[in-house]
Amino acid sequence: MLKKVFVLAVLAVFALLLFRSFGWTDAGTELNEVATRYAEDGPQEVGAANLVTAVIVTYRGLDTLGEVTILFLTASIIGFFLATGRKGEHVPPTVRNTSEILQTASRVITPVIFLIGIYVFINGHLTPGGGFQGGAIVASGLVLMLLANPGRKVSHSLISAVESISGISFVLLGILGIILASGFLDNSILGYGRFGTLFSAGAIPVIYIFVGLKVGSELSGIVSNLQQTTKEDI
Amino acid sequence: MEQIDLSHIAITAGILLILTGLWAILTQKNILKMIIGFSLFDTGIHIIMVGVGYVKGKTAPILDEAVNLERAAREVVDPLPQAMVLTAIVIGLGITALMLAYALRLYQKKNTLDVKKFNDLKW
Repeated sequence: MLKKVFVLAVLAVFALLLFRSFGWTDAGTELNEVATRYAEDGPQEVGAANLVTAVIVTYRGLDTLGEVTILFLTASIIGFFLATGRKGEHVPPTVRNTSEILQTASRVITPVIFLIGIYVFINGHLTPGGGFQGGAIVASGLVLMLLANPGRKVSHSLISAVESISGISFVLLGILGIILASGFLDNSILGYGRFGTLFSAGAIPVIYIFVGLKVGSELSGIVSNLQQTTKEDI
Repeated sequence: MEQIDLSHIAITAGILLILTGLWAILTQKNILKMIIGFSLFDTGIHIIMVGVGYVKGKTAPILDEAVNLERAAREVVDPLPQAMVLTAIVIGLGITALMLAYALRLYQKKNTLDVKKFNDLKW
């Protein structure tokens, strides 16, 4: 009884706080100073049509590097943490065969999902989306593949090779920015091209391709780690 | 009838999601349900953040044919909260994946996901 009262009290206080902070304020009618600068100078300074991408990859590129690092850390902790339980003897897993419909459909749909993922991260500077979203879509294609064929082994050496190469390339592109342009992750090391076309915005598409590959391989690694553990140890 | 603001809908939905998630974290016994509660809480925060960045009657911060380049600052919403939310989503995903991995190991150890059974540190 006391516990329920306590829970209700906590919820009520939280609701009050949140509504007082956000609930009754009207939406603004004009941008604040920072956003105005991004919107006015972004097209000349960065050349990306998608302002969110301009903020993520160039204005706050260091943040994104940290974000990718955190994701890498998560993937490696999960790999380490789940691997310690894996004993030497591998009992062959007894998995039920999945249905014919799922298997056939996954063969048709998986390449399309990969294609959409790659499209999303290549066009990250023009349309909604980018490296993280595209990488997540690519990994979801892998999830479908694993659901359809639970016995399938994912090559961990391939995943870690793609991940390390794209991670190193991301950092090297950033350092090239120091050498050739004005600072770390400066995207003007490549030409800006015509605004709003695929080959524009300097190094942003290249950086986003590497981010997409890295995120896709990290998420695939997490999923396959979880999947193999459930199979072998439970 | 007075028009309801888009950001009010977003913020109210976000607050309800946060409260649902908090309720799940506080009351549920199953670890997986607590993780789902955490995800709801996370999603609610993201929706509120995007809602706060909304500017009345403006369009998405993508400078294509819909936006006049000369006066872009008066036609788009704030891009900064959206970029922040993208970061937050990725971090939230990492945390959720870690929690699921821990839940998996806890299940292997005790063969249960009931949080009441994990009383090793209780005195």
